[in-house]
Amino acid sequence: MLAQPDTPAANASRDAVIDIDPGASCLEIQGLSLAYAGTPALSDLTLRVPRHRVTAFIGPSGCGKSTLLRALNRLHDLNETVSRRGAIRLEGQEIHAPEVAVAELRRRVGMVFQTPNPFPMSIYENVAFGLRLQGGLRKRQRDEVVEWALRSAALWDEVKERLGASAWSLSGGQQQRLVIARTLAVKPEVLLLDEPASALDPISTLKIEELIRSLKSQLTLVLVTHNMQQAARVSDYTAFLHGGELVEYAPTDALFTNPRLVRTENYITGRMA
Amino acid sequence: MRRLRGEGPWAWLAAGSVALSLLLLVALLALLAGRGLAHFWPGELVQIELDDGSRFAARPGREERSAEGVERLYHTGNREWLGTPWRWIEVARIVEQRRPAELVIVERRRWGDFIGRVAGLEEDGVALDIDDEAARWTTLDERLGRLAQLREARDALRQQAVMPRVRALAAEQDVASRARLEDELAAANAEVLALQARMARDRVVLESVTGERLALPLEEVLALQRPNAMSLPAKLGAWGERAWRFLSEGPRAANTAGGVWPAIFGTVLLVLLMSLLVAPFGVLAAIYLNEIAHQGRLTRLVRISVRNLAGVPSIVYGVFGLGVFVYGIGGSLDEWFFSEQLPSPTFGTGGLLWASLTLALLTLPVVIVATEEGLARIPDHQREGALALGATRLETLRRVVVPMALPAMLTGMILAVARAAGEVAPLMLVGVAKLAPQVALDGEFPFLHLERKFMHLGYHIFDVGFHSGDVEAALPLVYATALLLVMVILVLNLTAIFLRHHLKARHGALPR
Ligand SMILES: Nc1ncnc2c1ncn2[C@@H]1O[C@H](COP(=O)(O)OP(=O)(O)OP(=O)(O)O)[C@@H](O)[C@H]1O
Ligand SMILES: [Mg+2]
Repeated sequence: MLAQPDTPAANASRDAVIDIDPGASCLEIQGLSLAYAGTPALSDLTLRVPRHRVTAFIGPSGCGKSTLLRALNRLHDLNETVSRRGAIRLEGQEIHAPEVAVAELRRRVGMVFQTPNPFPMSIYENVAFGLRLQGGLRKRQRDEVVEWALRSAALWDEVKERLGASAWSLSGGQQQRLVIARTLAVKPEVLLLDEPASALDPISTLKIEELIRSLKSQLTLVLVTHNMQQAARVSDYTAFLHGGELVEYAPTDALFTNPRLVRTENYITGRMA
Repeated sequence: MRRLRGEGPWAWLAAGSVALSLLLLVALLALLAGRGLAHFWPGELVQIELDDGSRFAARPGREERSAEGVERLYHTGNREWLGTPWRWIEVARIVEQRRPAELVIVERRRWGDFIGRVAGLEEDGVALDIDDEAARWTTLDERLGRLAQLREARDALRQQAVMPRVRALAAEQDVASRARLEDELAAANAEVLALQARMARDRVVLESVTGERLALPLEEVLALQRPNAMSLPAKLGAWGERAWRFLSEGPRAANTAGGVWPAIFGTVLLVLLMSLLVAPFGVLAAIYLNEIAHQGRLTRLVRISVRNLAGVPSIVYGVFGLGVFVYGIGGSLDEWFFSEQLPSPTFGTGGLLWASLTLALLTLPVVIVATEEGLARIPDHQREGALALGATRLETLRRVVVPMALPAMLTGMILAVARAAGEVAPLMLVGVAKLAPQVALDGEFPFLHLERKFMHLGYHIFDVGFHSGDVEAALPLVYATALLLVMVILVLNLTAIFLRHHLKARHGALPR
């Protein structure tokens, strides 16, 4: 077990929270509480996210999944009303430490949002956006990285003929894969996906899921989804959140076939909205 | 139509309002176009004999019905003999009306139009002996052509030989070179005078239908037409030429004749300068309010104030411009930099710069509001997408937010241009002039003369319409100028709309 304060309530739920070997964990969240203008959204969350695995967060709407994800690459920094306690460590390094540059952190922890958000520029420039921010790449190298990123996102064959076209001319599914390619281009260690397929049709969804599975060998993925089947299909570990608390965290198979807690069971069998 | 059926009275009411607005707009444009464009048409001339035996030649105009019968307005020209170029005649008094082909209307530099016949040609005061009618016309045309060439040569000489030396003389200190310049200037001036003497050679002898004669130097002739002898294509050509002269020449005769080129130029330049001034301020202010400022009570207050500023009457901005820009800033500038010219003011009086600044201030709220609306429409996840890739807030603004808000910014500019181009009231306080034939942009350093007064189409309408002595002559000009003002605004707006469309086409519609 992790080193943590031993309150009875905490213990009760933590029986259902598995422990990841610290050596195999990429992200470590400890005692994380977060509130919007005093209203708590996350309370005392503690878990580890395994490296090079897909970890899914599930839970009812408003339970704090997006809030947690945004905390992981410090997107809350812009919102003055957010107050936070607890630690988040990326490869052992506290991400809020003063020596951590937020731009560098966000490059290491990429994020893909629910709605596709390509920038108002060409397909090529979208993928090259992060590279240009860093600078220092020749055009040849940049071209190579763009191609690699688009291939990794399984989009290359569809867009290689029209890299100069506006990114907004792509379909929704293509846009979402473009956004993933854009994030991959800066070679992140962690990829956070917040309901990446919720706005997409079944075929695009399948493509994204395949993509997630194939990316596992390169980086750590954290996936938020409302779709139980999706979580079951693509993730290795699943965490169930409810009311800002971590309820159950287990290998996906175990959680879906044999949930420890009634609350989890109710949720995954659809008895609780 | 079918779609409206079954929608109830509201749909019909709404559709009716749209139709009515469109109808009014079309009617307005048709009125302006009809009255304004007809002014340039070379209408037929008639020779009329009245019941008392008197005769006159004139161009018929509008009619009015009264208790005594129908009266018609005739443009008779020949102001030096008749006192006024207009005459109302009871139609019942007309005994005979003819359309002799040889009647001419001559637009003169002074005294307005002449209507009558060409009786002969003089060269150096000696009458030319040409009996044949056709030969006389070809000779006249030839000599008008020669005159035009001479005039061109003289103007070129003035521009290229005289003016540069005058300017050089004003700057030159050295005695020797001054003497040389003065000699050169005298030589150039002598050349100009020689050309002018050659231009004065020919005169045309004109005779009115009542027998008064006049030997008019050809130089004084601006245009000479025989409308009764003109075919339709010739009339169209003459119409185009007059319309073109209206657009390209400066005004004459206290603005009741001639063209409006300086006013067109002034209007366009003013609006462009205004746009250049208002765009960066408005856009930056909107970005600050929407993207950077803490969204607290103060920001809300500022936002409400900006919106309310849009409703302040324009004359108030004029007063502000006069007090702050002209007297305040302009007065200080004069004291600091142009003190050798005081008491005659340089910047301490109304001028192009102050007028465009005042208009920029007037349109600032429009630009801020439109830009802010555009910025607010950009979903937060677009900004976060850039931030999540490690962009700073500045990079996010520059590369994602501003490009996405560009169409909204252009919408703001379109609204600003539409509002500014039509404003007259504030301009009267900060620099518009009744007559400023020198446009503010020329070949003289520093090329753009921001301190100069300028003409403006809107003010020109006001001046010609209400302050001219000859109302009948002014009225068609008012219509033509109004039409032109509408066209200028339309062109300026279409440019901005085209630009916006182009930008939108580049990235498709904003994803929602
Ligand atoms: N910017 C914000 N300001 C204030 N409260 C917020 C903000 N964002 C989220 N919340 C609140 O925090 C709680 C958690 O929201 P969050 O978006 O993390 O939920 P979620 O699990 O992602 O829900 P969903 O599945 O619907 O996306 C909710 O009660 C929500 O109302
Ligand atoms: Mg969410």
